[in-house]
Amino acid sequence: MARNGFTSRRRRSEKIDAFDLTPPDHSQEVHVLAVDDSIIDRKVIERLLRISCCKVTAVDSGRRALQFLGLDDEKSSSVDFDTLKVDLIITDYCMPGMTGYELLKKIKESSTFKEIPVVIMSSENIMARIDRCLEEGAEDFIVKPVKLADVQRIKDYMARETKPGNDQESGINKRKLRDSFDMSSVSPPSISPSSSSSSPSSPLSSPSSPTPSSRSTLPSSLSAPSSPTNSLDSPITRLKMTNTD
Amino acid sequence: MDVGQMRRQWVEYTKSLFMEGFLDSQFEQLQQLQDESNPDFVVEVVSLFFEDSERLLNDLTRALDQPSVDFKLVDSYVHQLKGSSSSIGASRVKNACIAFRNFCEEQNVEGCRRCLQQVKQENLLVKNKLETLFRMEQQIVAAGGSIPNMEQIGF
Repeated sequence: MARNGFTSRRRRSEKIDAFDLTPPDHSQEVHVLAVDDSIIDRKVIERLLRISCCKVTAVDSGRRALQFLGLDDEKSSSVDFDTLKVDLIITDYCMPGMTGYELLKKIKESSTFKEIPVVIMSSENIMARIDRCLEEGAEDFIVKPVKLADVQRIKDYMARETKPGNDQESGINKRKLRDSFDMSSVSPPSISPSSSSSSPSSPLSSPSSPTPSSRSTLPSSLSAPSSPTNSLDSPITRLKMTNTD
Repeated sequence: MDVGQMRRQWVEYTKSLFMEGFLDSQFEQLQQLQDESNPDFVVEVVSLFFEDSERLLNDLTRALDQPSVDFKLVDSYVHQLKGSSSSIGASRVKNACIAFRNFCEEQNVEGCRRCLQQVKQENLLVKNKLETLFRMEQQIVAAGGSIPNMEQIGF
C-alpha cells in the first residue's frame, strides 16, 4: 500500500519538476534513528514517524545507537556513511547508562555524524536542560508525550535542510539559532526579547534567508489537523513567539 | 443491539472515560494513529503499557518492602511509570505517580507505600475500563461496523 503511494508521488513530482512549480519530491524516505529506553515510547515514536513517512530504526539505548552508527569503541568505523544515511536522530534525555545529552555530545564530536540533526525528547520541561542541549548542538527539544504535530514540525525543517543547495543556509540558520540562544543564556532565567535573531548586534542577520523565528510562524503541519496551541508546544517556538509578537 | 447502538454506546463510554479523567488527549492522539494499515495499534500500545506497569509495580512493592528503602531506585521506577502512563494518556495513573515522586523526594516511606496502593488501584481501574472499551470495539468490528472517530464527532 505504501509503495503505491510512493510511485504515484514520484510520477507527480516528475511532471511538476518540468514546470518547476514545487520543490522536487525526493523519493527517498527520510531515515530517523530513534533512541528510547521505554518500549512504549519506542512503539509510539515509531508509529508517529512512520505515519509521517519516515523510515525508522528504533533502539533502546545510547550505546546501541552508537553501535548502529559504527561510533562505539568496540567496532572500528568501517560503516559506509552513504549507505547508512541517517537523516535525523531523535533521542530521549533520561536513559540509564548513557543519557540523551551524552549521546548528543558523542554525535557532535564525530566528524562523520556531527551534521545530523539531533532532537531531544524529555518528560521534564526544564529550561536549564533545554539550554544545555541546544548549546551542545541539539536541533530541537520536544516535551513528552510526543504528538503528531511535534514530529511533523521536526520533519518540516529537516526536509528544508536536506534539500540540495540549502546546506549553506541551514548552516547559517544553525549558527544563528545558537547565537541567539548564547545571547539569551547570559540573561537568567527567562529569555529576554532583545536576544531575538533580529537583534542589530548579530552579524548574521539576513532578512532573505529563512530565519529561525520564521519556524514559529509556519504551520506545524500543512496536512494533519492541528489545534492552535500546537505551535506553542515546542519550548523553542514558544520562546520565538514571544520575540516575534 | 445493532451496530448503530453499539457505536453510540462506544462513544458514550469513551466520553465518560475522558470526563472522569481516566484518559486524556494523549489517548486520543494514539487513536488518531490507528488506521486500516495499523488496526490494532492502540490495543498493542496499551498491552505493552500494562505488561510494563505490572513489572514496575512488582519492582516497587519489592523496593518498598526492604528494611532500608532505596528512594533513588523507587523514584526511578515511578519516573518510568509516570512516563509510560503519560505516553498512553492514562491520566490518573500519571497523576498518582506525580504525587508518589513527591514522597520519594521527602524520603517518606509511609507516604510512598500509600502512593503505591493508589497507583496500583488507578492502574487496575484504567485497565478494566480499557478492556471494556476494547471489548466494545471487537463487537462493533465483528458486527461489520467501524469504530467511530472521536475527532469527527467533535469531542
